[in-house]
Amino acid sequence: MSQGPSAPGTLEATRILTKSLDCVHCGLCLPVCPTYRETGREMSSPRGRVYLARGVAEGSIAFDDVVADEMGLCLGCRACETACPSGVQFGALLDEMRAEVERRGLRGGLAKRIETLALRGIVPHPARLRALVSLLGLAQRLGLDRPLLRLAPAALRERAALLPRVPSKADRAPLPALVPAVGDKRGRVGFFVGCIMPELFGDVSHATVRVLARNGFDVVVAPGQGCCGALHAHAGDSERANELARRNVTAFDAAGVDMVVVDSAGCGAALRDAGRWLPGTGERLAATVRDVSELLDAAGLRSPPGRIDARVCYDDPCHLVHGQGVYEAPRRLLEQIVGVRLVSHEDPTACCGAAGIYNLTHPAMSSAVLGHKMRALAAVDPDVIASGNPGCIMQLRAGVARFGLRAQVVHPVELLDRAYGGPSRAPDAPYL
Amino acid sequence: MQPASSRLIDALRAAAGADAVLWRAGELFVYECDALTHHTGRPAAVVLPRTADEVAACVAACAREGVPFVPRGAGTGLSGGAIAFGGAVVIECARMNRILEIDPVDRVAVVQPGVVNADLSRAAAPFDLHFAPDPSSQQACTLGGNVAENSGGPHTLEYGSTTAHVLAVELVLASGERVRLGSRAGGEPGYDLTGAVVGSEGTFGVVTEVTVRLTPVPEAVETLLAIFPDVVSACHGVGAVIRAGLVPAALEIVDRRTIAAVEASVYAAGLPLDAGAVLIAELDGPAVALPRQVERVRTLCGANGATRVEVARDAAERQRFWRARKGAFGAMGRLAPDLYVHDAVVPRSKLPEVLEAVCAIGDRHGLTLSNVFHAGDGNLHPNISFDRRDEDELRRVLAAGSEILELCVRAGGVISGEHGIGAEKQDFMPLLFTPDDLDAMRRLRAVFDPERRSNPGKIFPTTRFCVESNPKARGYERVSFDP
Repeated sequence: MSQGPSAPGTLEATRILTKSLDCVHCGLCLPVCPTYRETGREMSSPRGRVYLARGVAEGSIAFDDVVADEMGLCLGCRACETACPSGVQFGALLDEMRAEVERRGLRGGLAKRIETLALRGIVPHPARLRALVSLLGLAQRLGLDRPLLRLAPAALRERAALLPRVPSKADRAPLPALVPAVGDKRGRVGFFVGCIMPELFGDVSHATVRVLARNGFDVVVAPGQGCCGALHAHAGDSERANELARRNVTAFDAAGVDMVVVDSAGCGAALRDAGRWLPGTGERLAATVRDVSELLDAAGLRSPPGRIDARVCYDDPCHLVHGQGVYEAPRRLLEQIVGVRLVSHEDPTACCGAAGIYNLTHPAMSSAVLGHKMRALAAVDPDVIASGNPGCIMQLRAGVARFGLRAQVVHPVELLDRAYGGPSRAPDAPYL
Repeated sequence: MQPASSRLIDALRAAAGADAVLWRAGELFVYECDALTHHTGRPAAVVLPRTADEVAACVAACAREGVPFVPRGAGTGLSGGAIAFGGAVVIECARMNRILEIDPVDRVAVVQPGVVNADLSRAAAPFDLHFAPDPSSQQACTLGGNVAENSGGPHTLEYGSTTAHVLAVELVLASGERVRLGSRAGGEPGYDLTGAVVGSEGTFGVVTEVTVRLTPVPEAVETLLAIFPDVVSACHGVGAVIRAGLVPAALEIVDRRTIAAVEASVYAAGLPLDAGAVLIAELDGPAVALPRQVERVRTLCGANGATRVEVARDAAERQRFWRARKGAFGAMGRLAPDLYVHDAVVPRSKLPEVLEAVCAIGDRHGLTLSNVFHAGDGNLHPNISFDRRDEDELRRVLAAGSEILELCVRAGGVISGEHGIGAEKQDFMPLLFTPDDLDAMRRLRAVFDPERRSNPGKIFPTTRFCVESNPKARGYERVSFDP
């Protein structure tokens, strides 16, 4: 048994133990857990993982590969939290356990190397990320990406299939520092930009800002903000998660806004957790965080004039429905678009298998989980699949291609923006 | 725990595939208990077969090695029935989760044992049918487990427990032999061996296929919420409803402490926090018959002290009530790390006095005791919240538990309504049965499993072991099996 800095009795072990004690072992989490559904194994269920956590914290079992692998195999979808009557904070417990896995050096291999490169070398550095995405965009435009990939090993090829088309230069253009409200002003909100979103989903970011402005909100893009740190926290890198949270707290403190609006579910859930790293200031930021759908639904959507004739299937991002408890809001918004018929598939609140970069680190399990999702979606054969998280959008697009669906995968806010008419060409309001 | 021999592991791998066998310490650790956490027993190995053939091969491998085995479903049992004693191999049925057939004319379903209870009702819904037994764990528990424990649930009041819904089973005996009992037409002549298998707690072998009766979804349902000042008056309300000749689908009582825990959880349904107890009364049947019954229940509850009676406005609200009721066990985790869910039955007429005495027992031992139970059936669930790491508290929990069981037996009741005896209550069997009774049961068991290798150490009293004398009650420390 590896006795690291956090043997039973230490601060870390005590924190893990305290969280694990909330579980009374009823088992209601089992049926909603993707990895339990896939494997039928107790240790691959939330209840089993909590039991493992308690076992290592109390010293009844060794903190070994079995424990480390199970913590890694978890998608972190937090569907178990939605099912848990006892209020176990599974996501937080998982992050603690993963940090412990890192401290003990129990992870290695390709998955770990991919993760370290992405999380430390690229994501927190906007310039590097931008350069890399530009390079990818160039390769895509020149049609070099496919031939180059043919030379790569099969595992890498499959993973690269997840990469989206890089948006146009206009869509990747930086957001204005302030976009004023249209019509009666209903508030002043800060927009959380994120790291991946402006590069690979810049069109969504622009759409979000336009929709907010059209609904009466001054939208401030606070300087100094950056990556939310979700991927770092979930990978057990609490130090970097803490740093990134601090950067965002400072940026939004200075912006003087009523709310911080987020259009990426994973980022929203992470920002809502800021209090974990920074008691006080982090909690204050967390209290102001709203998903874009939540804010618009609470304020009352201004009727979009346009019409979209489509059968739309809304698929819940885990970190919106399970992580932030937002279920009805995006559905209610989409229903207000004239022509949209909302259809539901079998299990909209189940994970799609994207789970941050899980689809890169655990391709086999990710693919199995995606399979369930795509079969459920294929059964209703929608025109459009809407989901408000970049990872889910990429994964669902890959799924649509692999399973031969005809649906277009979009962010819900893109549909709203389209119904409002998209970017305006009026000379007096070039942005709107 | 005895470490498994590599020969056994190899044999299980050959039987069910390499990915189906778990044997490392951490993997086995999580199988040491079910939902009743203070009884533990670590298996020598766990195997997850997908088919009846694989089960038969696994059981045959155990037979060759002379190793006992324990069938397991979702591990939601509340009597330690699926834990492994004596280095047993856990045969985990979670991967056997296929619904093989639903026949709306015969009104039967044929399922593998790992099918989740609620999944069967969901699959039967397009035919306006459902599987009537609905334990609180129905979103997770499996039909194999329901068969083993003869599970009940709130709607047992009208529809009967699992045994009333099982028509036939396929069983792998400890010898590895496969047998079929019962018939899908129901009512097989001769001894009711299917009935004997239901509730046998895995001691007859591994059930690999179940043919169950499906029940039509009632045309109309009304759910009432009667708010009482205390549990005892709610029990009087139950008596009045039954005496009046009504046949409710369910009559459930939830006390104040339970309401507070559930309302703090994701299953909050707007139950009144100031109520001493609520009675959830469900009526179902032809739509035309219900309004009059609703009024009668309302009147009867009012006459017995209910301060307010509400009727669920729609199906969504009704579902919220039931989700709250069924999330109650888990919600108690908010009070303490462990929960001892007791299970005993008394004649309905005795409910008020027994409940009063149960609460007094909890108070006398200084314990946090709550009640949420199937009142219409007289099926009590006194729940004691505790922390198993506190040895003194655990000792008091066990002492109170045994007093509660003795009380229920004195009142003309029995020591389990739906959770089974398992590892939990075997030493209370003599409260109900004479040595001759128990011997007759052992001989029945020997017909199916003469070597006692299928789930050993359960149901029958242990001679060298007494719950009270060993407050830790760590099952794997036990040495004695069925004598």
